[in-house]
Amino acid sequence: MGRYIVRRLIAAIPVLIGLSILLFAYIRILPGDPCVAILGQHRTPAACAALREHLGLDLPLWQQYISYLLKTLSGDLGSSVVNSQPFLGEFLTRFPGTIELTAGALIFSIGVGIPLGRLAARKVGGWVDGLITGVSLFGVSIPVFVLGLALVVIFGVILGWLPTQGRIDARARFDATSGILLIDTLFAGRLDLFVDVVRHLVLPSIALGSIPLAIIARITRASVIEVANEDYVRTARSKGLKEKTVDNRHVMRNAWLPVTTVVGLQVGGLLGGAVLTETVFVWNGVGRWVVDAIENHDYPIVQSTILVFAVIFLIVNLIVDVGYALLNPKIRYQ
Amino acid sequence: MMFRAALVDPQIVRASRGLWGDAARRLRRNRPALVGLVCIVLFALAAILAPFISPFDPYAMNGSSLDAPSLTHLFGTDLLGRDIFSRVLYGAQISLFVGVGAVVLALLIGGVLGAIAGGFGGRIDGVIMRATDVFLSIPSILLAIGIVTALGRGMVQLMFAIAVSYAPTFARLLRGSLLALREADYVVAARTIGASRMRILVRHMLPNALTPLIVQATLVLATAIIDIAGLGFLGLGPADPRTPEWGTMLVDARRFMQTAPHIVVFIGGAIVISAIGFNLLGDGLRESLDPKLKR
Repeated sequence: MGRYIVRRLIAAIPVLIGLSILLFAYIRILPGDPCVAILGQHRTPAACAALREHLGLDLPLWQQYISYLLKTLSGDLGSSVVNSQPFLGEFLTRFPGTIELTAGALIFSIGVGIPLGRLAARKVGGWVDGLITGVSLFGVSIPVFVLGLALVVIFGVILGWLPTQGRIDARARFDATSGILLIDTLFAGRLDLFVDVVRHLVLPSIALGSIPLAIIARITRASVIEVANEDYVRTARSKGLKEKTVDNRHVMRNAWLPVTTVVGLQVGGLLGGAVLTETVFVWNGVGRWVVDAIENHDYPIVQSTILVFAVIFLIVNLIVDVGYALLNPKIRYQ
Repeated sequence: MMFRAALVDPQIVRASRGLWGDAARRLRRNRPALVGLVCIVLFALAAILAPFISPFDPYAMNGSSLDAPSLTHLFGTDLLGRDIFSRVLYGAQISLFVGVGAVVLALLIGGVLGAIAGGFGGRIDGVIMRATDVFLSIPSILLAIGIVTALGRGMVQLMFAIAVSYAPTFARLLRGSLLALREADYVVAARTIGASRMRILVRHMLPNALTPLIVQATLVLATAIIDIAGLGFLGLGPADPRTPEWGTMLVDARRFMQTAPHIVVFIGGAIVISAIGFNLLGDGLRESLDPKLKR
């Protein structure tokens, strides 16, 4: 197992190097002079010189790359060209919002997607199956921002059931230590605020979770159908085991494997989708920050966010693969 | 051919159909795929016929601000009094043009890379696969955001950005199919009689590896349309903000969600119908092109 993890970590190195080259190039291929692209009309020769110095654009390319690499490895992910705030500090204050949102979406998509997939697999071709196939088709075909806007109109504007903006009631005052409000409100003993946070989380989670929900439901359905046709399932059933036992012990245990991999692959899409979802729901997270950064031509922020999101995606998939190996003895003993 | 005809009893010979004839026959029996096809035809007609069937100039003010839907303005008007129905039709044109362009470009880039990787293997394969790993590690919308901000806003840039985010998927898919075909009997046979590597790749392997690529391209068209609108929604659409691009239009529509929610419904509906069309057709193609499902 240890060797497997080490092998996977080594395999990630070329990807990380490629990523660093790509993102290094990004700042340098901005249209025209980076000075014009970033500072726009507000540029003065002095400001340009300062920016070039700040970004180290006067050195030979390879030196620039080495220094970018060293800085990144030491945890210095650059700073905003708008207000000079370091990237990492600002990122860390906003990231909990994005974690909360993606976690909500993941819980929604797994919690609803897997039961739906199992239900559809129970009677292939039946009306439940058809309905669920239709729902998952709709899920992958509706953009998160369109679904988000529709949810806002229906549940926010027309019915008025749920809040549609922000993460918590704007008047709420309490000590946010971790930034993950679900945890913070609980630790502060403010059950009323906890409920408020959950209510804020419902609509964005549904909007962001719709695509993973559809994909997870489809994979679960296909996987359960495949396993249910295996000989050992027929054997289990013919030796008189209860349907529930067959389902849980024989079918689901084997059907989990493809589902876990797919769940891991959704994380990249969720982080990307968070950019759009946070914009729709005025959600204070990394996604909205990036959109603001684009508007302000604050490209170092865009650059480092892409880097961090890609690294998170790689780490999550490493964890999923290791988990897969743990669940699946066929891989473990290879 | 002559002696074959002589050997087979003409009474029991089944009309021979090619892969495509066979697929078309099965596709015709697949109701969801037909529904998808109808959606696509609607979408394509809207795009192609937009200049002839739109009642109004999509850029001009033709009514008062935010009119409700009526017989003159089927979908109502926007803040500037522009006819939303006409704008949705022209929006189809942009989505179709950019979407198809992006997918064709992605197929070209991904196809060439995948063919080299899967056809030749070895070190070049390793390099290409690591490169696709890099691109696939970045969430596709962020990758597209990066490219559009780096190249500047515009339709061609948008097309290129979407193409680059999907090319790695196509490259991997084609490489995978080619690897699986390497030891196929007919490939081994061609190799034995001394066919060149290039000839084997182009004549024997590629035609048999294309079907998954076609299915995937159809499904990616759905996501491409969604991504184009997504970039537009983030303010990274066509350079001219007056352009009737669906995502860009939604930014405005969002501001009047309380008073005129129908605008979001019409524009969103157009996006969803086109995406559903390509998703249904893609699924249908997958089923009908898979010879294993042949009945």
